[in-house]
Amino acid sequence: MASTDTKTAQGAGLAGVEAGLDALDTAESRRTPLRQTFVNKIFPPIVAVVVVLLAWQALITFNVVDDPTKLPSPSDVGAEFKDAWLQGTLLDYIWTSVSRGLLGFLFALAIGTPLGLLVARVKFVRAAIGPVLSGLQSLPSVAWVPPAVIWLGLDNSMMYAVILLGAVPSIANGLVSGIDQVPPLYLRAGRTMGATGLKGAWHIVLPAALPGYLAGLKQGWAFSWRSLMAAEIIASSPDLGIGLGALLENGRNASSMSMVFEAIILILFVGIAIDLLIFSPLERWVLRSRGLFVKS
Amino acid sequence: MATTFAKAAESVEHAARLENVSKSFATPGGQQLVLDDISLDVAPGEFVTLLGASGCGKSTLLNLVAGLDRPTAGSITTDGRPALMFQEHALFPWLTAGKNIELALRLRGVAKQERRGRAEQLLELVRLQGAYGKRVHELSGGMRQRVAMARALAQESNLLLMDEPFAALDAITRDVLHDELTRIWQETGVSVLFVTHNVREAVRLAQRVVLLSSRPGRVARQWTVDIPQPRRIEDAPVAELSLEITEVLRGEIRRHGQH
Repeated sequence: MASTDTKTAQGAGLAGVEAGLDALDTAESRRTPLRQTFVNKIFPPIVAVVVVLLAWQALITFNVVDDPTKLPSPSDVGAEFKDAWLQGTLLDYIWTSVSRGLLGFLFALAIGTPLGLLVARVKFVRAAIGPVLSGLQSLPSVAWVPPAVIWLGLDNSMMYAVILLGAVPSIANGLVSGIDQVPPLYLRAGRTMGATGLKGAWHIVLPAALPGYLAGLKQGWAFSWRSLMAAEIIASSPDLGIGLGALLENGRNASSMSMVFEAIILILFVGIAIDLLIFSPLERWVLRSRGLFVKS
Repeated sequence: MATTFAKAAESVEHAARLENVSKSFATPGGQQLVLDDISLDVAPGEFVTLLGASGCGKSTLLNLVAGLDRPTAGSITTDGRPALMFQEHALFPWLTAGKNIELALRLRGVAKQERRGRAEQLLELVRLQGAYGKRVHELSGGMRQRVAMARALAQESNLLLMDEPFAALDAITRDVLHDELTRIWQETGVSVLFVTHNVREAVRLAQRVVLLSSRPGRVARQWTVDIPQPRRIEDAPVAELSLEITEVLRGEIRRHGQH
């Protein structure tokens, strides 16, 4: 009996020691207070924008540039925005381009993902088109606009074709590098648990490759947006409706520098906004849940 | 609790049987023999440690038993698919601790509604109740290895293979996990084949210590450890046997410096 008692006592002691070790070793993670986020993250870009606006206004005020067809004043550009808003066309411009861009991106996603899987998993396919796929990323997608116009004519399908050619390689390459970087240990662990073949791909390979895939999506979106703007600027036609690229081209034709500025600011703004609203939070969420998110 | 995970150990003859197993790898200089004619039985419920210096091929041997690789010659039979624990925890960072365990259950075909309960039972077994929703990076090294142990046990295999699972932990944590492993082994009745290069660890844990020679790996000698559990790594009999084994191990290593 005595030995059982000691055993139990030792057992209880062990549980206590273990609980203590666990408490000592576990790092407590806290959320950053809102004030700190504001000071570190939100305030600096606001300052940057204000500085740029001040410098711009200074160029006008001190007559460094006195030709409004070269450099309109910030208030001229502001008036342009106000007019477009009051006429109700501002949101139309944005929506025309954004809807095209996002729809094209979804097509690119649907094609790039299986393509990436194929390149990553089938040796022959990788040897055959892997290098081409990486090479395509460095080809400016504006190069596809002339052939796309000739093949498809001046309509929306031409726009989508250009977006696809720009974004599909990025998305496929992101998935390929994501899969290549899956630690072999995970694959071995999965195999001992019976995750082989399709089960292994679904439960181990794909989730492990997710961060690389997301990086590819982010780049794919940037490429989609750039390709689309190139297509809209080069191939503007009244049938296509006025997107942001067409707005820029219209401004050039009307020699209205404030309209050109309006278009450039909108293109930049939409590109950043989509990234900040969709891709960055997605990426942060995935990385943080895996403990890979490094606070900068 | 103990009976929940225990298997009908008496129904099988061997948890693992290795017969004349050899393994060689192709190298630029020709075939290199890594394991040479190894025969070894692990009885149901037995705790065996494989001990050896670098180059004895102990991890290769474990991979063969786990079915991750095939022997060049000889045969290996196990009672079902063995579970394997690595030196690194090998937990999947995209899943919580609980979901890692549930994945093992799912791949084994456990019904969805049972998984959560089983996972929580297993976490309780490794004394991590409340860690179900924790992410892997939120756990300490010792906690991760215990979750990995729970995940391995979730496979309900008759044989648990362990490849230096505590080598990367600090000494205090390792000591505590030795006690835990002994307790869990006694509670579940699982057979364990435990690879290590730490002589005291081998003696502290095992019923039988198998010493492998290096390059190529052969069974050099075996010891039956009949020191009663619970043992401590500081116990005099553990130290005494460790000393004896270390002498033989050093003799094996010395042979390699002589030519």
